[in-house]
Amino acid sequence: MEHYLSLFIRSVFIENMALAFFLGMCTFIAISKKIPAAVGLGIAVIVVMAITVPVNNLILNHLLKEGALAWTGIDALASVDLSFLGLLSYIGVIAAIVQILEMFLDRYVPALYNALGVFLPLITVNCAILGTSLFMVERDYNFAESAVFGLGAGVGWALAITALAGIREKLKYSDVPEGLRGLGITFITVGLMSLGFMSFGGISL
Amino acid sequence: MKGLRRLLDRLEPHFQKGGRFERFYALYEAIDTIFFSPPNVTRNAPHVRDGIDLKRVMITVWLAAFPAMFYGMYNLGYQANTALAAMGLEGIEGWRGALIAAFAGHDPESLWDCFWYGAVFFVPIYLVTFLVGGFWEVLFATVRGHEINEGFFVTSILFALTCPPDLPLWMAALGISFGVVVGKEVFGGTGKNFLNPALTGRAFLYFAYPAEMSGDAVWVAVDGFSGATPLAVAAADGMGAVQQHLSWWDAFLGRMPGSIGETSTLAILIGGVVLLGMRIASWRIVLGVLAGMMALSSLFNFVGSDSNPMFAMPWHWHLVLGGFAFGMIFMATDPVSAAMTDTGKFWFGFLIGVMTVLIRVVNPAFPEGIMLAILFANLFAPLIDHFVVQANVKRRMARVQQ
Repeated sequence: MEHYLSLFIRSVFIENMALAFFLGMCTFIAISKKIPAAVGLGIAVIVVMAITVPVNNLILNHLLKEGALAWTGIDALASVDLSFLGLLSYIGVIAAIVQILEMFLDRYVPALYNALGVFLPLITVNCAILGTSLFMVERDYNFAESAVFGLGAGVGWALAITALAGIREKLKYSDVPEGLRGLGITFITVGLMSLGFMSFGGISL
Repeated sequence: MKGLRRLLDRLEPHFQKGGRFERFYALYEAIDTIFFSPPNVTRNAPHVRDGIDLKRVMITVWLAAFPAMFYGMYNLGYQANTALAAMGLEGIEGWRGALIAAFAGHDPESLWDCFWYGAVFFVPIYLVTFLVGGFWEVLFATVRGHEINEGFFVTSILFALTCPPDLPLWMAALGISFGVVVGKEVFGGTGKNFLNPALTGRAFLYFAYPAEMSGDAVWVAVDGFSGATPLAVAAADGMGAVQQHLSWWDAFLGRMPGSIGETSTLAILIGGVVLLGMRIASWRIVLGVLAGMMALSSLFNFVGSDSNPMFAMPWHWHLVLGGFAFGMIFMATDPVSAAMTDTGKFWFGFLIGVMTVLIRVVNPAFPEGIMLAILFANLFAPLIDHFVVQANVKRRMARVQQ
């Protein structure tokens, strides 16, 4: 239990996808103008990550890895290594989950669906989400670990985008030099946020 | 005074629009309002009549930091002279050594010797901080046409007081430049930033030059002498090792190595009483920081740990060691980067208290946590406000519908 708790904390704070690895920047910057939209996108990302990472873990361990097909009982398949199909299948799973999520939001939460606009389908190619799956592969998590890791990474990313949205709403009253308005100041803001998150660097759980 | 007023009035046309020195109006305005209250009167209702304005607020904070500053200088010298006596040295080398030897001795018992030693180290750091930071402030004010704000007085003294005594001067210049320019001026100046500029500059230095900002060698202003801060001792060897050399009262009074202004909880609290009494610092934030720190440290005491000695540190030691008191009184209560709503202020403080203890106890990389905890809480202050406001709106909407 303690192991999973520390993995969760680590993926939320220490290895924050947005502020420690700077993944998923395009949506991170684009949908952080208003807090409600940021919260909505954050929840969407949590859902997608929490589902795709364990699913991808299953695909990796039972289909793609070298020797993973041994469960079929066919000798010819026992030593097959399909891991070169990894990227393709992970992104396929992500695309499918996002598609389902999109239909769900369109039907039940149209306000959020409209607020997210084109960025909802773009979650498919959000590098934070693919990155989480790839980190899972690299670190060789088992199924339970990958479920916790996916959830934690999603929560961390959602936390970061919500905090950024809060700051940007406050920055509306700022008097930023003309050349820096818009994206420029947002990048500086994100950099300073990352400085704040460095307090967790070095915690070994 | 009258002569000064006349001089300023005579100069004024040159600085107005169309005058010769139009570009430098910000400078003129700054000097004018240091000596005289501006004559501008609010034309529209409602009026609040009060002698205090932003300028007076900032100057009060600046003055409130003085007890900590004077004690910090004395303590810097006391620590250094004690170390010199222990090492059997007669003095230190370089221009600082010459300056010290010219006016004072190296007796740790002598008030003047210690104070002068500290002044020779602190005053250059403060001067560099003030001049370099002031340069950026004036430059931005002149080019962008906003007023020079006394907030900078506060930023500069707080930054200088959080530096280790041995800090190279160019580093002080770099740190305050980052703090003022990136932490504040790119957002449009005082009141428009979201991080505390002094802390931003210090955190920047802390991560960029860890060797000069942390470790055991930098806290006593004598080359080659390594004296760990009590917090580092506690993290390495536990509370027992701290209490061997240091009683709680000594720690409260501040006779220990550390950043220049952070050591004496007593001196900081004197400034704190002034700030709280004049309602410049928010008591809700201070209370929240205390509550958060006490809650989590008591929890850690209760849980206990075999491998991590920091778990056993009780709350009254957390209060007096390291920069906790300084951060709580001067940094967390910065009205710009803290939460704005009353309920939000309490939770903002609580988050700082909890994070400080968490970083001190759980994170082996950083013995001190208050600086990073305040920066972290600054990030979430707007969000806390947002949810407090939303909760309020929701409650009142429910009342309307009844």
